[in-house]
Amino acid sequence: MALLLKNARVIDPACKLDAVCDILIRHGEIVEVGKGLSIEKGITRDLTGKIVVPGLVDMHVHLREPGQEQKEDIASGSRAAAHGGFSAVCCMPNTKPIIDNAAQVRFVTERADEVGKCRVYVAGACTQGLKSETLSEMGDMVAHGAVAFTDDGCGIHTAGMMRLVMDYASMFDKAVMSHCQDESLVGAGQVNEGVVSTRLGMLGWPAAGEEIQIARDIAISRLTGCPLHIQHISTLRGLDLVRAAKAEGLPVTCEVTPHHLILTEDDIGDDYNTYLKVNPPLRTAEDVAGLIQGVVDGSIDCIASDHAPHAAWEKDCEFEVAWFGMTGLETMLSLILTKFVDTNIIDYARMVEMMAINPRKVLRLEQVKIEAGNIADLTVIDPEATWTVTKEDFYSKAVNSAFLGAELKGRANDVYVGGFATMEEGVIVE
Amino acid sequence: MAFTHKHLIDISEYSADDIMLLLEVAVKFKEVNERKIKKVPTLKGFTVINMFNEPSTRTRSSFELAEKRLSCDSLNFGGSSTSAVKGESLIDTIETLNSYKVDMVIVRDKHAGVPRLIAEHVDAGVIDAGDGKHQHPTQALLDLYSIWENLGKLEGLHVGIVGDIGHSRVCGSLIPALKIMGATVTVIAPPTLMPARPDILGADYVSSNIDEVLPELDVVYMLRIQRERLEGAPYPSLREYNLLFGLTQARERLMKPDALICHPGPINRGVELDSYMADHPKRSVILNQVYAGICTRMAALYLLLGGSDDGLTA
Amino acid sequence: MKDSPKSTPDAKNAKSAQSNAAVMDAAEIERSLTRIAHQILESNHGAQNLALVGIVTRGDILARMLAEKIAEIEGSTVELGSLDISFYRDDFFTNFAPEVHATNIPFDMAGKTIVLVDDVLYTGRTIRAALDALTDFGRPAAVQLAVLVDRGHRELPIRADYVGKNVPSSKEQNVRLYLEEVDGTSSVEIIDIQPGTRASSAPLGGE
Repeated sequence: MALLLKNARVIDPACKLDAVCDILIRHGEIVEVGKGLSIEKGITRDLTGKIVVPGLVDMHVHLREPGQEQKEDIASGSRAAAHGGFSAVCCMPNTKPIIDNAAQVRFVTERADEVGKCRVYVAGACTQGLKSETLSEMGDMVAHGAVAFTDDGCGIHTAGMMRLVMDYASMFDKAVMSHCQDESLVGAGQVNEGVVSTRLGMLGWPAAGEEIQIARDIAISRLTGCPLHIQHISTLRGLDLVRAAKAEGLPVTCEVTPHHLILTEDDIGDDYNTYLKVNPPLRTAEDVAGLIQGVVDGSIDCIASDHAPHAAWEKDCEFEVAWFGMTGLETMLSLILTKFVDTNIIDYARMVEMMAINPRKVLRLEQVKIEAGNIADLTVIDPEATWTVTKEDFYSKAVNSAFLGAELKGRANDVYVGGFATMEEGVIVE
Repeated sequence: MAFTHKHLIDISEYSADDIMLLLEVAVKFKEVNERKIKKVPTLKGFTVINMFNEPSTRTRSSFELAEKRLSCDSLNFGGSSTSAVKGESLIDTIETLNSYKVDMVIVRDKHAGVPRLIAEHVDAGVIDAGDGKHQHPTQALLDLYSIWENLGKLEGLHVGIVGDIGHSRVCGSLIPALKIMGATVTVIAPPTLMPARPDILGADYVSSNIDEVLPELDVVYMLRIQRERLEGAPYPSLREYNLLFGLTQARERLMKPDALICHPGPINRGVELDSYMADHPKRSVILNQVYAGICTRMAALYLLLGGSDDGLTA
Repeated sequence: MKDSPKSTPDAKNAKSAQSNAAVMDAAEIERSLTRIAHQILESNHGAQNLALVGIVTRGDILARMLAEKIAEIEGSTVELGSLDISFYRDDFFTNFAPEVHATNIPFDMAGKTIVLVDDVLYTGRTIRAALDALTDFGRPAAVQLAVLVDRGHRELPIRADYVGKNVPSSKEQNVRLYLEEVDGTSSVEIIDIQPGTRASSAPLGGE
């Protein structure tokens, strides 16, 4: 079965490619990239005006299955991923039960094979039950496909436990991905500590509660040699710690979410919009400016959505009762294109680095280059498409996006996974 | 003058004129409360729901009396019978209340922002009777009333608030209200009891030394200190808190001759106040505050339910 | 009493632009009050056990003027009180005015003969409210009503015991008392009212 993608602008910084050309795919593999290609049998698609990049990876999503299917499941979450332009996602282990053993890894992987619309990679838990008490069976999980480890949703409570986790994980060459949150400082914090916590009369989630664990985990990475990936970094000083670690040559990387790049604590008004309740919380305008700088200068490695779907009734309630998190799979690419690429803060190549190349590096996945011999995981972007974010447009079960109503420019048009279209012309291929 | 507010949720939405009108109407209700028959038929036929989702005896009693003395029909909703206990969401509960066709919802909740959430879901007006650590606007009004009644003005006064500023919904309304009325506010507490940004509430000065500030103050507003367990407490002991921040007889020499003592109650004698100060015949207006609570809440109900149609333009 | 003062310059001009007809001047008001004072004393056989309660905002001033006259005539003072009926109105929904004036009844009402004093008697609703209010202060032996002007159009079974002057008027007109003390000049005037507005007494200090 041959597929020929013609006349798109193909961008892949991994092979220094940015040109209008054609891509020929056979049996799920790229066989030729060049100008004026043609085939006798198969499908030819004219992608004039479109942009083709390596299949994007959202390395931080919550698919909620098993256990919290009222929020999302693998079928709906992977459709949301495809709809947002992703050929692969990495899902977090804080399901019910927790993905802290090989059986759970297998369940998610096999379920994704059955009902999924993108590649689903599984991050296993560092500690059993995310309790920071006992190591989980990382070796067995690796044997069954886990690509990284994290206790995402909470920080690992003590330095001693984190040392055990990273020491042990270092034998598998997998990254330990750290959700940095010092419980003793953060407690029941709801919003960034400072102006917004005072204004709204809620407990603060101080920046220091994140920065302390970033500093701690960098020190333990130095001690153990284990690769460390800081998840959803949200503060300027936290990023400076990562910069220093990189300068030192430590195996430290980090990711940022679109909402931490675009929204600030000032966006939380006295209507207590629970869609703006995220963990870590929205920070100050200075933090946002600092993070954008990190996106530009390369000190931030990845952009990930932290797609955190919730049922309507879990968000339509008191702010302090509402769950943390917002969805992101279906808005992330468009937000980055609208806010950063279209405004020339970054170019497409940098976007591809942060949303395709670097996530694969951190997750130890095989790279997808747009050259002969690579898997045909591709994302086709329509850079001129303008659209408004609406609930009705989502494939996700959840609608808790802070960007409802936003006017965006540029979005995914098609996604190919192993040469098969999972989305074509904006519609999921069933 | 027109009074167009439907809700009393965020005191910062009220102008100095609005607040002054409330206080002046409260004076008239004080006259009613001085009568043998302390009840007027003003709000006959109006239904008010007291939705107290966390325990509160004093504030609820004060609202209930205000409602009864205005001849409202009132319904107490909450406590152990709340639907939250049965797993109903707050919004479903509110929608239920709305179906009762009520005119006003008085709400106390442990979560900040709940009164606004309710206002979005009911046709009735909403009065915030305390939401989490956020606001408690009727407390601020009764405080202003007591200060105004005793000192004859609000503008230009220097009010010191001492205690758990950071976890106080009283401060969340009182500080902005005092600023609206032209007073100067100093907050006095150990840093462990301060909010992250007292300036955001409107505080002009921040101090951890009550003795330095006392000579400047026209009003010393003492907040209640929670008698919590020692582990993790924001001060080493009640004894040390009393030594450093307690308004004690020994500190009276530092006070202006006519400086007032306020406290939102209930008092912890021997912690934030000693009995000499709590019962001080000239300075303590703590019981006036309780009385003012009835009068100002009657005024708030009267004005908020008064409707926006002031068809009296002659 | 029942007004929302809108002291804008425009409103002031609007007053002069209306067609006003004076039906009582200062001297006539004075003479009427003197007569009413005599009538009150006559009906009640002197000032014993008598108390005057004026309805704010002009009835209370009239009550004080009557009390002064009674003191002149009789050589003894009568108890004097003022009553705001805001909390007793029956039109709270439609004609709410936020200002409330002072009620001050500094004496025990039980057993006394109360003369309620108001400026203009019209529908009778104000008096109905005032009677309710009085009841909350105690149980007077009797309540009588004195008004400076009765303009008719009663909507309730209420009549005045003492009337300064009967002023026939239409419902499209407003009858207003101005008093030197608060308005700078004393007179009773008939004013055409704008369609859609409501007959009521003049705000203190003019419009």
